[in-house]
Amino acid sequence: MFRLEARTSTPAWFNLALPLIAIAVTLVLCSGLIAVAGAGVVEAYGVMLSASLGDSYAITETLVRAAPMIFTGLAVAIAFRAKFWNIGAEGQLLAGAVASCFVGAIPMPGYLAMLLMALVGAAAGALVALVPATLRVKFKVDDVVSSLLLNSVIYYALMALIEGPWKDTFSGYPISPPIEDSANFPVLIEGTRLHLGVVVALIAAPLCWFLIARTTLGFRIRVTGENPEAARYGGINVQRVLISTALLSGALAGLAGVGEVGGVHFQVMSDISPGYGYSGIVVAMLARLNPLGVVPAAIFLAAVMTGAEAMSRATGVPAFLSDVIQGTALLAMLVALLFTAYRIRRVRASA
Amino acid sequence: MSASLIEMRGITKSFGAVKANEGVDLSVAPGEILGLLGENGAGKTTLMNVLFGAYAPDAGEILVEGRPVAIHNSADALAAGIGMVHQHFHLAPRLTVLENLLIGIAGKSGRIDRARGLARLTEISRQYGLSLDPNLPVSALSVGEQQRLEIIKALFRGAKLLILDEPTAVLAPSEVDGLFAALRSMAAQGLGIIFISHKLNEVRALTHRCVVLRHGKVAGRVDHPAGTTSAEMATLMCGHEIVPPVKEASTPGASVLTLDGISTSGHAGTPLRDVSLFVRAGEILGIAGVSGNGQRALADVISGMLPPRSGTMTIAGKKVAQFSPRELQALGLGRIPEDRMTTGLVTNLPLVDSMVLPRIGTEAFSRKGLLNPAAIRAFAEAQIEAYDIRCPGPMVRAGALSGGNLQKALLARELAFDPKVLIVSQPTRGLDIGAARFIHEKFLAMRAKGCGIIVIGEDLEELLMLSDRIAVMYEGRIAGTLPSADATVARLGLMMTGAGHTGEAA
Ligand SMILES: Nc1ncnc2c1ncn2[C@@H]1O[C@H](COP(=O)(O)OP(=O)(O)OP(=O)(O)O)[C@@H](O)[C@H]1O
Ligand SMILES: [Mg+2]
Repeated sequence: MFRLEARTSTPAWFNLALPLIAIAVTLVLCSGLIAVAGAGVVEAYGVMLSASLGDSYAITETLVRAAPMIFTGLAVAIAFRAKFWNIGAEGQLLAGAVASCFVGAIPMPGYLAMLLMALVGAAAGALVALVPATLRVKFKVDDVVSSLLLNSVIYYALMALIEGPWKDTFSGYPISPPIEDSANFPVLIEGTRLHLGVVVALIAAPLCWFLIARTTLGFRIRVTGENPEAARYGGINVQRVLISTALLSGALAGLAGVGEVGGVHFQVMSDISPGYGYSGIVVAMLARLNPLGVVPAAIFLAAVMTGAEAMSRATGVPAFLSDVIQGTALLAMLVALLFTAYRIRRVRASA
Repeated sequence: MSASLIEMRGITKSFGAVKANEGVDLSVAPGEILGLLGENGAGKTTLMNVLFGAYAPDAGEILVEGRPVAIHNSADALAAGIGMVHQHFHLAPRLTVLENLLIGIAGKSGRIDRARGLARLTEISRQYGLSLDPNLPVSALSVGEQQRLEIIKALFRGAKLLILDEPTAVLAPSEVDGLFAALRSMAAQGLGIIFISHKLNEVRALTHRCVVLRHGKVAGRVDHPAGTTSAEMATLMCGHEIVPPVKEASTPGASVLTLDGISTSGHAGTPLRDVSLFVRAGEILGIAGVSGNGQRALADVISGMLPPRSGTMTIAGKKVAQFSPRELQALGLGRIPEDRMTTGLVTNLPLVDSMVLPRIGTEAFSRKGLLNPAAIRAFAEAQIEAYDIRCPGPMVRAGALSGGNLQKALLARELAFDPKVLIVSQPTRGLDIGAARFIHEKFLAMRAKGCGIIVIGEDLEELLMLSDRIAVMYEGRIAGTLPSADATVARLGLMMTGAGHTGEAA
């Protein structure tokens, strides 16, 4: 017989081992689905692997996809550290995309346009995140619900824009007009889509780590998240910390949208984000809310996404498997997190 | 020993390298109240958790009425007739008293039989003199009433042995009498009771027999607690004698903290009504009173958690403007909160974080918003060394420390900055006598250095021992102030009930 027992400390190697175990469990569980779809499990995963990380082009494609999830993963990780339950990275991303697209469409020197796109996009995301944070701080409104519902509000507002006043007159499709060519983010490797925004995302992760681990704001975020009462007693303005966290988190999610507009799509359309904001939650959880862990976690999910498409083409397994893997990985990680607080003990079975 | 209700034999339980229990034997007979004593970290709670099924022992066996039983969880324990009242209650605050009793005991059909539950509650209340209104929500109950509900809950589920882990630590002295009466009545009716407490006079008054643990092992047994002195018990617990600290005479200087006409509102507890008091350099002012008479509000105002509605406060001659923790710290106030675990520390983060928390923004630990990890670590290590805080190091999770060590850590983080005034609430609650002694010595040393100290407490003997003057609070006011030379437990007790208002600020 087995039983769970509370532990007082968690070994350090757990931080690395848990997500890896969660991923392994996920792949094993999902292999059942692949088999049901009538494909060979090893073959299918093989195609996924080679299509996502098999050659340098595939790697750049995976990185391009990882970039927005690095940003949303960071956004969620920082918010969750303060126990500001920001489920609204999706909406913040969309707001960032719309705002940066507006700016990018204004003719001006390229570098200036890119800088302004980033600033305005981040500000738009921050502004959106400010709503659930303010509602929580001022009126004790549940931030999970408000940030989640706001996603739909923003999404449909975006739809209304691109179906209506902002509709691209040139193509007539429900898409926004493109940004100026000069505002397109420079491509770093000829012949790929690897753009400047990817590098910014990769730099943002260690910066966020530094913020959390080495600054007084990061300290206050950690303490407020773990024990707001002790934080208040210790002289921390808990409400201000929550608001700062929300602004930061929203800005990061907004940058995810900026990267998609400036580096990938160059305009806004209804499916500009295939749920990168929600994937950010999976990424942050897999990373155990550590900003440095966000990078590998985002790359993993991106690899699953790019790989799943190729696998679908090669083996006929529906590409929706990618969503199943994401969902299963989140569940597996949540279960795995149990073992940071508990251990399994074998007890002698007795009558 | 077939007469025993419960017997534990050779119980051993380790946590990693720590042997929390080692070969412990213990038995309780029906009708017996057994005291379980020991320093902080001696393994009392661990042993009881083994008995209650929260931990599986590494070795040893448990016998109930002579038969070996396997207890894997609290349901097994309850089925074996073992009930436990933890120090932190496990109640559903929004449900009523009766509903809390019925949680988890719905019949086979899933229906809940309220009428039968109510009948049983009435019976238990009558039998042991434990009354509670069945329809009150738990959130409306006082701490003492919640504890009573926990006891009733255990009895409701058929406990024949009741374990109480430091039940008196959360009670006002007046509530303790009621608890003891109920426990005696239960024992008289054949229940077995295990009672854990650090207050030796309580143990002597209540228990029939004691087991003393030290470093996880049985260090001794006391067969006639009533006939044994507290000093003898303390020696058994600590392995050496504990001598009370000597309070040197001191001449207080100028006032370092003055409250003038402070009134509060918007506080959960009793508000303050026109409170004026002062404490001088090199003086300890005790604040006595039945809990709930405004002590909480007083501590909150002084420590910057509750800005008053009216009145002024001065620290070392400077008027307090904002009543924020940061402002008060900057003026030279040190603060030790009543509740270490929820207000003082961040139990899930490394100890070092809690130790620097209140001053993280100051030059000592950061510059321009950037932390100084080396300085932070050095500070924590120095304090751990200076205060002999027993822990694996500054990076250990704060929640893993024992109560005494947590209190030392809180004391260290304040005293390191040489406060001019110190406000502490219930400084030795839950601490063993060795640790309490250490805290007392530190207060007296600070007093000798010219610090003014306000001690809010319920333990009158502690207040009498430490204080130079004692103020009594009653219904949010200062009912009177006595020099401690003129104060006796009896006289203070009278003032605490609002009667016999005597004495002026001395
Ligand atoms: N879950 C745990 N994991 C690791 N160590 C533990 C755990 N629980 C207790 N310990 C350690 O076991 C020892 C005994 O702890 P225990 O809580 O039983 O002491 P105690 O006698 O109840 O002390 P106190 O009087 O402070 O309540 C201590 O050294 C403690 O740090
Ligand atoms: Mg204990």
